[in-house]
Amino acid sequence: MHDDKGLSLRGFLADGEGLGEQYLCGVRDRVRLAELVSGTMLAGRLAELGGRSVFLKTKDHFSAALALVELDGVAKRIVLYPPCLTPEHLPQLFSNAEVDAVVHEEGEDVAAALAVPLRIAYSPLSPSAAPVPSHRYATEWLLLTSGTTGVPKIVVHTLASLTDPIKIRRRNDPTVVWGTFYDIRRYGGLQIYLRALRGRTSLVLSGASEPTSAFLERLRQHAVTHLSGTPSHWRRVLMMPANELPTLRYLRLSGEIADQALLDSLRRTYPHAQLAHAYASTEAGVVFAVEDRLEGFPASFLNGVGKGVAMKIEDATLRVRSRRTASKYAGSKEPLLDADGFVDTGDVVQRRGERYYFMGRRGGIVNVGGLKVHPEEVESVINRHPDVRMSLVRARKNPFTGAVVVADVLLRDQRDAGNRGKDVEREILDICRGVLPEYKVPALIRFVSSLDVAESGKLVRPNA
Amino acid sequence: MMLRDLIVAHMNRIASEQRLSLAPLTDDLVLLDSGLDSLGFAILAARLEDELGVDPFAEGEEIKVPVTLRDFVQTYENARR
Repeated sequence: MHDDKGLSLRGFLADGEGLGEQYLCGVRDRVRLAELVSGTMLAGRLAELGGRSVFLKTKDHFSAALALVELDGVAKRIVLYPPCLTPEHLPQLFSNAEVDAVVHEEGEDVAAALAVPLRIAYSPLSPSAAPVPSHRYATEWLLLTSGTTGVPKIVVHTLASLTDPIKIRRRNDPTVVWGTFYDIRRYGGLQIYLRALRGRTSLVLSGASEPTSAFLERLRQHAVTHLSGTPSHWRRVLMMPANELPTLRYLRLSGEIADQALLDSLRRTYPHAQLAHAYASTEAGVVFAVEDRLEGFPASFLNGVGKGVAMKIEDATLRVRSRRTASKYAGSKEPLLDADGFVDTGDVVQRRGERYYFMGRRGGIVNVGGLKVHPEEVESVINRHPDVRMSLVRARKNPFTGAVVVADVLLRDQRDAGNRGKDVEREILDICRGVLPEYKVPALIRFVSSLDVAESGKLVRPNA
Repeated sequence: MMLRDLIVAHMNRIASEQRLSLAPLTDDLVLLDSGLDSLGFAILAARLEDELGVDPFAEGEEIKVPVTLRDFVQTYENARR
């Protein structure tokens, strides 16, 4: 059943000549791309995973980067476990993704309490003794993204949809070294990982708790030429006293709105690097990259931007149709595509002259350093406090993470705001910290005397 | 309270909320070596704006990105003038 035309990670690396000194570099270890083709972490147990829905839980994204090469084409589905996933959501997640196998680090099975037919602990990469099972499946790649209720939504991609935006001019180019601030288990980072494998170039990955200064030092050591991250990652780089990257040729931002002040600062700091800000989301895939160093995007993009990518604006939000979009949400009836095959990105845009500008997100969704926060999820946690009548969670802009979450809280007895406001605030924050990751916890709580409720009975939410 | 003291007080509070330990907060301390991450500084900026009524990083203004604690305090002092 081996299909030569089918895409696979091994296929990217196996065919043709020229694999030599290209490396995948983690904080401590580095692995030659050529070793990935023949290496194994599952030591002969790979065949057991054939056709299964595999939940891949690695200690870091470097290990995930190695394991994915082995699993792709063998598993029916791979569910990527991102950082800051709350374990309490695992049962629902396993059910929605129909997980029937877990691949995990030795002694670190987060899902130990769940009934799963097959569990395999992986080992460090070693040369394979067993024959490699043939590539049989167009494996589905399942990425998690934040959902309204707190349970992550599972976005279904294939290697074809994920790699469609990747155009490689020259494979095996020894002068190209990619780096990324992203975790490769999220869409933005996965793009860079796949780009490095597709183009067969070196890639430097960040460590989970690695300080920015140490990562920059490693990027310099490896002479990184192409580097991607969110605007928040790049703002952090600008805050470093030693942020020079002398070999940098291409600098890419995505995942958040790139404002003009940031683009200008980056241009001054890295005058020799080409600067691009890309528009992409887990559901819509990569839509376009803007390379004129200006915020927003040219209105002409609406007439066509890249092969097979169509955009339109409806109700002031951007809709996208392309081969790069995900196909559906796993385990949910919620449609991902409309009747015409468009993804509603929820990003509000406004035209001024010959350009469109991003204005924030419909529904008040807050983007904290590239991570989406649904206000409803945070509000439901705040409302658990017995003195709270209702609350409104919204974004407040800031230069470090683009936005933070702030909450307007209406108390049952408004006199409490004055009397014991500080105590209630602390109690609300304690409740939030107990169940929410830090980026979802309000930076600021304000007690208000009223909240606007529309005729529909819903809270009136500002856009941005 | 002096502006610097106010900023330091907020940094200490955010660190204790997030169970982080802070480096000694000297003027030359590089902000990103302080123990607070980007989210910590985002929270700090939001709370300072709430208390001081100024946001020196507001969009559209040309701002030199603060590297040290001294730069950070200076940015707020300039914004209040």
